[in-house]
Amino acid sequence: MISTVEICRTAGKALKRNKTRSMLTALGIIIGVAAVIAAFAVGAGANKSIDEQIASFGSNFIVVFPDRSAMSTTGIMRYLTYSDAQAIEREVSGIEAVAPMINTSGAVIYGNTNWSTSITGSTPSFSKVREWEIDRGRDISDSDVRQATKVAVIGSTIAEKLFQGEDPLGKSIRIKKVPFTVVGVFSSKGQSATGDDQDDFILVPLTSAQRRLVRYSTPGRIGNIFIKGVSMSALSYIQNETESLLRELHKIKPGEPDDFAVRNISQMLEARRKTTTIMSMLLGSIAFISLVVGGIGIMNIMLVSVTERTREIGIRMAVGAKVRDIRLQFLIEAVVLSMIGGTIGILLGIFAGYMLASFTSAPPIFTLGSILLAFVFSALVGIGFGYYPAWKASLLNPIDALKYE
Amino acid sequence: MALVELRQIKKSFMLGKEEMEILHGIDFTVDKGEFVAMMGPSGSGKSTTMNILGCLDRPTSGTYILDGEDVGSLDGDTLAEIRNRKIGFVFQGFNLLPKTSAIENVELPLLYAGVPGKERHRRARAALEDMGLGNRLHHEPTQLSGGQQQRVAIARGIVNMAPILMTDEPTGNLDSKTSDEIMSLFRKLNEENGITIILVTHEPDVAAYAKRVVHFRDGMILSDELNGKGHRQ
Repeated sequence: MISTVEICRTAGKALKRNKTRSMLTALGIIIGVAAVIAAFAVGAGANKSIDEQIASFGSNFIVVFPDRSAMSTTGIMRYLTYSDAQAIEREVSGIEAVAPMINTSGAVIYGNTNWSTSITGSTPSFSKVREWEIDRGRDISDSDVRQATKVAVIGSTIAEKLFQGEDPLGKSIRIKKVPFTVVGVFSSKGQSATGDDQDDFILVPLTSAQRRLVRYSTPGRIGNIFIKGVSMSALSYIQNETESLLRELHKIKPGEPDDFAVRNISQMLEARRKTTTIMSMLLGSIAFISLVVGGIGIMNIMLVSVTERTREIGIRMAVGAKVRDIRLQFLIEAVVLSMIGGTIGILLGIFAGYMLASFTSAPPIFTLGSILLAFVFSALVGIGFGYYPAWKASLLNPIDALKYE
Repeated sequence: MALVELRQIKKSFMLGKEEMEILHGIDFTVDKGEFVAMMGPSGSGKSTTMNILGCLDRPTSGTYILDGEDVGSLDGDTLAEIRNRKIGFVFQGFNLLPKTSAIENVELPLLYAGVPGKERHRRARAALEDMGLGNRLHHEPTQLSGGQQQRVAIARGIVNMAPILMTDEPTGNLDSKTSDEIMSLFRKLNEENGITIILVTHEPDVAAYAKRVVHFRDGMILSDELNGKGHRQ
């Protein structure tokens, strides 16, 4: 009676004896596993980066902005106004907050320090819509907006760059040469998914921005309007209502084009997510094909070696190997090859994932699921095609296995 | 007592849809210490008979008693054990494991008998030295001549101290000088070691080394005589 240890040793010797075949078999598994792991990781990474973008924009919101293409047909440039925003908040239901916004950029000075940043004029709704938290001090208030007070809430980057450790609260800064008092600092949000520093901005009351910083000739003119809905499902209703309300307010006749555009940011990102999902499915299916091709490679090598191995089985059986001894040896051979190939494949796949992801700037995400899937699939292929011919041969009469051509 | 006894052994093969009987009831005994040559043209049933004798194949019907044991009803694994303990094989094509050293090839029956590594090695080395291959222990089959390969096969056949050695056309792939050497080895094993040898050949020169010659034709035994001493019994 031969011990299992001896059978393992025999299997090891057989693998070493057929180095080329062993390596080719393992190579099929390595490529298959690596391709699947890399493809899934890159796809998951791209998806996550879009999710982060959605999260950083705040969820459930719609943006209204003036559509300049309408000017070419009407000859008049119409802007959005603060009263448009107020009308939307008043008339359209399903809204949690409406933030009229003016965006500009310019230099901000404190003492001798000069920093170039973006400046947003808005209302207290801004923080709700864009999901900003106050770290220190206070947010701008409704009375700030009514009275156009010269107060500012600064992002953490500004606090750091301009004040360098000093407490910014109550300090006077000059925004585009106009003095403002810092009343609050926002909590840091860090980098956006696209790599921008989200904390590099200053919020001032909308009216202060209108009067002091941009000085538009159209009274009440604002840049755009952010609308936060109560839920994701309310968004398309809000979108439709906002469109008809604005057409009414802007006195647009039926058949004339809108002079504004309403965009559902979540939908836009959702659409991008779909594109990415399709891309990663494409990648995944190519990877799966390579797994199958790898499997076919394994199958070919195994089938080619069957003649030699069937004779080997015949010889072993003639000198006294039992069916169990034969099957165990070949099973161990197949399992060992698959394990080695699978492990190298996982390492190579992780490496390839990082290589691929360096082109897309989204770091790859390796899930246990995709690693297991790839590993199990190729192990099954390796074991299946490695073991099956041996299993079949072990059922033969020894003499038939010996004479097998 | 007969070491090997076949009673009314029949063997059929399926040839397409038709069953073809190639052994029509063989009665045949071999005593311990005999050196028997089975002769006959191809298709006469001599090789099939030997495969059944070697427990490599099963008869369709009939009784086979090997060393007092009815082996007709035994399962594959028990037959494997019997082959391991009682029968050594030397085939025409040598049938050595490729890319495997001579000593590892010879160790194979001991491996499946469960003999521990050191003992296995010692006995395999001794068997190869007996065959005059003491300096070829770690050569692979492709590095050995035909005669040397056949001697490795013989060493593998005797290493387990099996009482019976069966060989099918052992000189089929060898030139006449090497054939003589190999056949002298078989004779020596039979006379000095008392190993019972059953040989299949179609060459009278080879059969001449045996003490007894059995002629097969069309699946039946045509004659059974002692070499040079007329009819047996």
